Amino acid sequence: MKAAESSFADRLLGRVRLSGLLSLAAPVVAILFAALITSIVLLATGAPPLDTLVIMGEYGVQPRSIVLTLNSATTFYLAAIAVAIGFRMNLFNIGVDGQYRLAALISAAVGGAVVLPGPLHTVLVILVAMLVGAGWASIAALLKVKRGVSEVISTIMLNAIATALGSWLLNKERLAVEVAGSNNIGTKPIAESGRVPGLALIPGTEAKVFGLLFLAIAVGVGYHVLLNRTRFGFDLRATGQSETAAVASGVNVKKMIVIAMLLSGAAAGLIGMPQLLGASYSYSLDFPTGLGFTGIAIALLGRNHPVGIAFGALLWAFLDTSSSILQLHEIAPELVAIMQGTIVLSVIVAYELVHRYQVVAGQRRVSKELASGTPPQGEGASA
Amino acid sequence: MEEAVISTSTPAVELEGITKRFPGVVANRDISMSVQQGHVHAIVGENGAGKSTLMKILYGMQRPDEGEIRVNGTAVGFRSPADAITAGIGMVHQHFMLADNLTVLENVILGSEPRRAGVAIDFGAARKRIRTISDTYGLGIDPDAMVEDLGVGARQRVEILKVLYRGARILILDEPTAVLVPQEVEELFGNLRELVREGLTIIFISHKLDEVLSVADAITVIRRGTTVASVDPKDVTARQLAELMVGTELPSPETRESTVTDVVALSVRDLSVHSADGRRLVDGVGFDIRKGEVLGIAGVEGNGQAELVEAIMGMRAADGEIRLGEEDISAWPTLRRREAGIGYIPEDRHRHGLLLEAPLWENRILGHQTRRPNVKGPWIDRTGAREDTRRIVTEYDVRTPGIDVDAAALSGGNQQKLIVGREMSGDPVFLIASHPTRGVDVGAQAAIWDHLRAARAAGLAVLLISADLDELIGLSDTLKVILRGRIVADVDPRDVTPERLGSAMTGAGGAA
Repeated sequence: MKAAESSFADRLLGRVRLSGLLSLAAPVVAILFAALITSIVLLATGAPPLDTLVIMGEYGVQPRSIVLTLNSATTFYLAAIAVAIGFRMNLFNIGVDGQYRLAALISAAVGGAVVLPGPLHTVLVILVAMLVGAGWASIAALLKVKRGVSEVISTIMLNAIATALGSWLLNKERLAVEVAGSNNIGTKPIAESGRVPGLALIPGTEAKVFGLLFLAIAVGVGYHVLLNRTRFGFDLRATGQSETAAVASGVNVKKMIVIAMLLSGAAAGLIGMPQLLGASYSYSLDFPTGLGFTGIAIALLGRNHPVGIAFGALLWAFLDTSSSILQLHEIAPELVAIMQGTIVLSVIVAYELVHRYQVVAGQRRVSKELASGTPPQGEGASA
Repeated sequence: MEEAVISTSTPAVELEGITKRFPGVVANRDISMSVQQGHVHAIVGENGAGKSTLMKILYGMQRPDEGEIRVNGTAVGFRSPADAITAGIGMVHQHFMLADNLTVLENVILGSEPRRAGVAIDFGAARKRIRTISDTYGLGIDPDAMVEDLGVGARQRVEILKVLYRGARILILDEPTAVLVPQEVEELFGNLRELVREGLTIIFISHKLDEVLSVADAITVIRRGTTVASVDPKDVTARQLAELMVGTELPSPETRESTVTDVVALSVRDLSVHSADGRRLVDGVGFDIRKGEVLGIAGVEGNGQAELVEAIMGMRAADGEIRLGEEDISAWPTLRRREAGIGYIPEDRHRHGLLLEAPLWENRILGHQTRRPNVKGPWIDRTGAREDTRRIVTEYDVRTPGIDVDAAALSGGNQQKLIVGREMSGDPVFLIASHPTRGVDVGAQAAIWDHLRAARAAGLAVLLISADLDELIGLSDTLKVILRGRIVADVDPRDVTPERLGSAMTGAGGAA
């Protein structure tokens, strides 16, 4: 008699799907709600809410801003996919951040040290990054499988270790050289043959879109195909939905944990690539930190769906980009962080509300069927 | 609605027009009944008819969408079990809610501890009160015994005592005999008569008709979520009652002619499973199952059946030898065992049999994710899997609006039919059927029995584990009794009664 209930975590991580139009209602409600909260904050700080949003919007659609948005979105997308791979299997890879930074550093060093013909050079750098990311993640995977250590704890600690290891490696005695014209240090710049040229996709600006935008798109497609079309993806989703049922069906859960963690780490390794191969050509201390955590927020926003994550990444990047105009108007750019936070929270709340609405609507439908005398589908004794 | 007993006194409990809806499952619809004070009032109905929901409503665990509840003539609206307890209603759940590592005393007072001077727990007063209650109603409970040392029957009496201790005058017992062997059932009924004599009212939920007829003063029959009759047990036979419950002709689990061959399909030798703390959960079990044979394992739940099944499936480490046909599969992982032709109908379909939040066609793939028609190489074959799901839905009469519906939306019986259909696909040579008809409605039960019989006739070897003794005796060609992890008796199913099987299960009877 008991209706099988999905847990809040299942709904949070998108393992329970909402159907039809309702799945669109949730994000729309969430963004409206976030706009409302932001307006209240703006009013409280004495800025006109509508004007501020208009300023951000106008700045955001300028060609140069669009390029900036697309470029950060590329990075965010890869970060969110890395997180989402784990989420789909109930693995919380909080260590995407450390995996990404270490991978970017070492692959940059390798890329700077060798000169290879054309695409081979690029491929080598990317492969090294994926291997390093996967390798760093494998520590957490093995600890979980062999010793039962929660991956949440181990990856958080590995982030700290990656930071320390990174600064130890990024030293003039080891992998770093002095960056010309500044007192900053970084890895030896990658030669022309390894770089990925930008694309002049957006007319009206000199700025170019990262060539590796297409890598992010390919990763998104690969993520979708792997999860939904392959046996491996089925096992992964099954393990995420019910580990006990997966075990009974013959899935080797430990093996799945290791593979999923490696995949997540390899994807994390890709996060730094658009920036490294498309703009800075060397890893230095000013590479952004905290991308792994942005990835978590965007994966939640996009509910682990490849298209949803793309929208989430674009929205996040748009807000980031347009924040730079706020200072000119003497509005605190931290406002954007508040908006991003409220959007994530309200998306989660909105999905929960819509889910409950769906349950009630289902109840009403069943009661209608009961009232008209036909038993709800599937119940009732057959003769 | 006819009343079986006309009484001038106020009924202890009256329900009127109770309706409760859930998404996708049968609900309570317009339930009306009246329970007299000092009666054992039985509520009977098949699995899934809505008995448990009704009791949850009466105990404040769920709120009815419509209708009125009156206790001792006063209308009540319970928001939580605490309200029900205040009104003098107590519930003994089907699954005991006791902490094993505490004493009876500690379990009973947990949550309503008597205080001395507002702080210290007054164990002395509690002990005295428990003794008084135990003596008044003849429960025979020692307040200082550890719960883990008690048998199932005694644990149940502790549960009853717990409820009485909180001042309940109306007791709800949800399927109290499900976990008991026949001898313990007799004891329980003795206790119930004692309670009623002292003026308490008991609402007794069951689907075991003989028991109901022997203990109840009044019976209400529920079918498909609504009350269909109120009868006096003196006026009805078990058969009439069953037909009221089911509304159709009764199915029977009996198999007729033997189809047992002399080809051994599965052979288990000296199989042992150890718990984490080194206890033997399965202890040197051995048996052969031949093609076309159903081997039944009888035993009180928790005597190693689940562990035995998991060991055969490769889900749990075990010592000993398991052979499938000629091959020693003891070291094989679960997947390889499944690929070799072991089908598995798990005891708990929600935990081990289904992905509740996934559509039916994805559930068709579960456990068969390396085989056609579900996959082609490393790729999921959507078309193949979906087509085969449609076949299962038709052949196994799974009532569903479509194959894209989540498994959670189906009723238990239909979920189970889907699992049976799935596990019968791909020509299994050996099937584990663990409680195959637990919690399914009578129609689905008959269908599942039919499928098992047909597969057996086609040469399938089946290991049947069930708590339903009629099912075990009716379907099995060979019966073994398991007790504390050991096979303690071989029983001939053609010549055994549930009572004798029950004594063998508790170790009282020895080999039958």
